[in-house]
Amino acid sequence: MLDLLPIAAPALPLDEAGKYVAGAYIVFLALILIYVAIMAAKLQRIERELRELAGFAESRADGDGQAATEPERESADV
Amino acid sequence: MYGKGLKPLSIATVAALALSLSLVFFYAPLDADQGFVQKIFYLHVPLAIVALLGFVAGGVFAIAHLRSGDSKWDAYSYVSIHMSVIFGVAVLITGAIWAKASWGHWWVWDEPTLVSFLIVFLMYATYYPFRYAIEDRDRQARYASVFAITAGAFVPLNFMAVRMAESLVHPRTFATAEGGLPAEMMLTFLVSLGATGLLWTTLVKFELTAKSASGQLKRLRRALDAPPSGGSSRVAPEVS
Repeated sequence: MLDLLPIAAPALPLDEAGKYVAGAYIVFLALILIYVAIMAAKLQRIERELRELAGFAESRADGDGQAATEPERESADV
Repeated sequence: MYGKGLKPLSIATVAALALSLSLVFFYAPLDADQGFVQKIFYLHVPLAIVALLGFVAGGVFAIAHLRSGDSKWDAYSYVSIHMSVIFGVAVLITGAIWAKASWGHWWVWDEPTLVSFLIVFLMYATYYPFRYAIEDRDRQARYASVFAITAGAFVPLNFMAVRMAESLVHPRTFATAEGGLPAEMMLTFLVSLGATGLLWTTLVKFELTAKSASGQLKRLRRALDAPPSGGSSRVAPEVS
């Protein structure tokens, strides 16, 4: 049990401590970057879907416009 | 709607983080006991405080959801907890690195502060399977809110219990009889805490904006697929 009580561990020299400090800050940065990358991928998907929907809505609007002009043409023929 | 003010908030966060890092490495003095390794303190402790406050905030938003029935508050609660779990991962990893550097062990099971944080983290890790095990959206939101309130109430109780427990190796930095931090260290710590809080807020807002956009997109798709009939103008983000 006593070997689990590391109270007496002395301060590490700068060259050795630097690795741990750099490691901790790099882990934090990596987590943030991973999160931002995931969110960027999600936003790209949203943008792609939005473009698809805009295209779909435009084609539907064009279809509706044509359908609306059809009866007029028929009545003009008669 | 949720994206309003995101750009200035992001700029403020980056500026605050840059200031915080500058203070940590160029202003705060070296700790007499731990030396350079103590610089991890300015990352690890603010992350832990912000993560725990985020869990409590998730509970507060859940109360607002149960009181009002507005799904907006459920989204706030979910995103707060989600972000705090991510911060919790960072707390556990940076804490383990600090422990290895200063105590010689990655983890000490006898230490109440470490174990209690792990318990809180694991408790919130069950939030996701608990939430998504329920298919009905309203029930899912209600049950998740009850979970968030119960777990959110456990966080301060757990914190107080740990403060009352006798620590073996984990330092008690604040509000101790031996005195607190020197002024330079305290200033650096407070700036780091503010920067971490800003980061949490920005990421929460960012995720809410993305969820709101995704939810609106789904509604738009449903509206375009369905025959024309009135439509809905709800803008609360969907949690999925």
